Amino acid sequence: METMAFLQTSWFVIIGILLTGYAILDGFDLGTGALLPFLARDDDEKLMVFNSIWPFWDGNEVWLITGGAVLFAAFPHAYATVFSGFYLAFMFILFALIFRAVSIEFWYYDEKRRGLWSAAFVVGSLLPSLLFGVALGNVIVGIPLAESMEFTGNFFTLLRPYPLALGLLGLSAILMQGVTFITMKTDGAVQKRARELFGKIWAIFAAALALSFIATIIYMPESLASPYVWISATVVIAAWLLCRRFASTGKMGASFAMSSLSFAGLWGIVGVTHFPNLVKATGDAALSITIYNASSGEKTLTVMLWIALIGMPIVILYTAFVYRVFRGKVMTAK
Amino acid sequence: MDVVLLSRIQFAVAAGFHFIFPPLTFGITLVILVLETLYLKSDQEIFKTISSFLIKILGLIFVLGVATGIVLEFSFGTNWSQYSRFVGDIFGAPLAAEGILAFFLESVFLGLLLFGRNRVSRKFYWFSAFLVFFGALLSGFWIIIANSWMQTPAGYAIEGGRAVLTDFYAAVFNPSTVIRFLHTMLAGWITGSLFLAGLAAWYLLNRRHEAISKILMKISLTIFIFSALAQFVSGHSSSVQVAKTQPEKMAAFEALWNTMEGAPLSLFGIPIESEQKTYLEVSVPKLLSLLIYSDPDARVLGLNEFKPDERPPVFLPYLSYHVMIALGALFALLAAVGAVMLVRGTAYTARWFLVALIAAIPLPHLANQFGWIAAEVGRQPWVVYRVLKTADAVSVVVPAWQVLFSLIMFSLIYMLLFVVFIMILLKIVKKGPGATSEGY
Repeated sequence: METMAFLQTSWFVIIGILLTGYAILDGFDLGTGALLPFLARDDDEKLMVFNSIWPFWDGNEVWLITGGAVLFAAFPHAYATVFSGFYLAFMFILFALIFRAVSIEFWYYDEKRRGLWSAAFVVGSLLPSLLFGVALGNVIVGIPLAESMEFTGNFFTLLRPYPLALGLLGLSAILMQGVTFITMKTDGAVQKRARELFGKIWAIFAAALALSFIATIIYMPESLASPYVWISATVVIAAWLLCRRFASTGKMGASFAMSSLSFAGLWGIVGVTHFPNLVKATGDAALSITIYNASSGEKTLTVMLWIALIGMPIVILYTAFVYRVFRGKVMTAK
Repeated sequence: MDVVLLSRIQFAVAAGFHFIFPPLTFGITLVILVLETLYLKSDQEIFKTISSFLIKILGLIFVLGVATGIVLEFSFGTNWSQYSRFVGDIFGAPLAAEGILAFFLESVFLGLLLFGRNRVSRKFYWFSAFLVFFGALLSGFWIIIANSWMQTPAGYAIEGGRAVLTDFYAAVFNPSTVIRFLHTMLAGWITGSLFLAGLAAWYLLNRRHEAISKILMKISLTIFIFSALAQFVSGHSSSVQVAKTQPEKMAAFEALWNTMEGAPLSLFGIPIESEQKTYLEVSVPKLLSLLIYSDPDARVLGLNEFKPDERPPVFLPYLSYHVMIALGALFALLAAVGAVMLVRGTAYTARWFLVALIAAIPLPHLANQFGWIAAEVGRQPWVVYRVLKTADAVSVVVPAWQVLFSLIMFSLIYMLLFVVFIMILLKIVKKGPGATSEGY
């Protein structure tokens, strides 16, 4: 493989890893946020739920920030097209993420308006969880693009059946992350409710998976030809089945790991069907934004590859270390 | 309204509001590191008590920094897509490096700092405090690299209508990076240390937590004194660098309409661009030439040297630059007075001094904001100096009404956040050190 293609492919993989890391890690705190009303009844229980994600969510969100920056650095055209094209949708995601970021802290200290801040936390978690999948569904199934690589559709272009199906799938995967994480980290009434929720979410995930599968048959049947899709899909389904099995025997760490693996498998499907596209164009495939026509120059890709190859393993190492420090059940009391 | 103007206002709002928080972080993490070092060495509980209290405040500030920082991270794509296409090679790289090498470090270990004191060894906890401080510093470094490249681009070539990286080292250490990094870091240390000195002053005035406040005052004031005095030197070299690398910016800062030998330093005035005249000007003859070139008769380029459509606006850069310098001078004065008071031991008791410190808390923020306005508006009409104009950088597919909508939303949300932030900050401060901490 020539150097440039190697670099471009490497960066496709790295971005995939960053997005998968984001989905798994921020997935559990987003999912926790979206499920808060079902998990906690009073302030003590809410505090328990908040405490279980409080030390982590900052670091988790950095996966998104870094993913965005890496997309900017490696494939500036894709970054420019998607973020300007989906302007309003991303603004709503940003408003939501702003509120979500501050709401735990605000809830804790601003006792008079706890209702407002926990609502902000719930909506702020729910909206991005849904919209990320919708955005991803759009770039996978294709959006109208001009020769200048600019998006030519409008806000409603984004709300087509296929992207909506992927939005639901993303949301349900995030809910699975949340519910398995909370079952693992809590005890008492909160854990009991999480256990009851798990069965429902597990079924919703299956339904969303089936829906996305049908949508794929209808809208992009060609993607089902690749054997890698079926391998990834097997991983997703096996992990999904094991997730329930571990949950029923009380092995919540393993159950959470299986939920994460199943999410990673979904990203695997996206990666193998989408490669080498970054943003598919509807109609004329020549207009698609790919890793070949959207990337930065060789120098940038090379220097950044070194930074990523040295930096990311270190990040993963100390992140794992800090998670280990905070292992075990969260404390109930203040 | 014009989409370029709207996007500029939105970026100014987003960056300006965001920049309330990182400078505080730079200063507070330094004080925390000092306290943790003292605690590790001396084993006295009081250092731990103060540090834990500051970490709680840092947690609140950091959350707002993250919330507002995400907006900036994506705003290049949402609002400046032409810019992103043009400079992604070079501008995206430091942002990505910031994430991988710095922001992860800062965020992950802040979690440990906030909740993990009883879960790791004391040495490791100290090390976490160091990593949070270092991560913040490194994060600032990469961001300043990105911005400095817009001021003094280097290490690139234009290929196929895009800036392509040719020399990473030259792009990173472009002519203004190091000077601007030092200037910004010192500004952060001034902001954070004065905030904490003011906080200590407030407790001392109210006769609360006196032992704690004396220690906090001593550490913060010392950092403030050194930073404020060093900033005088750094500010000077920053101005000299601007004069040499972006002469039209300096001409705007000084409202120097025409090239002159022995140019004066303008102290006060009301520059009117349409008339190319400065009203009510008070200036020191030949001082500008002397300061820039160490030669009172040196030639300094005026705005007349530059094409009318390549000249920066004058009024706003002039105003912000001068207010920033006036505030810098005030900080140096306060630092000198503070040094005397500290040596004499009256810094903890003199009412007027304590009141002055409290009143000074917002001033570094003003200086920071004006400094950025001077730097960024002074670079106009370019987004990348002499390479790409701001008007050619904006997103082409985003209609003006959408930017107007998001601008209104951000403004409302940020106002709300600011009010709640201040409210909670006051609440934490009123409660004081020693209150039980949340979580684990």
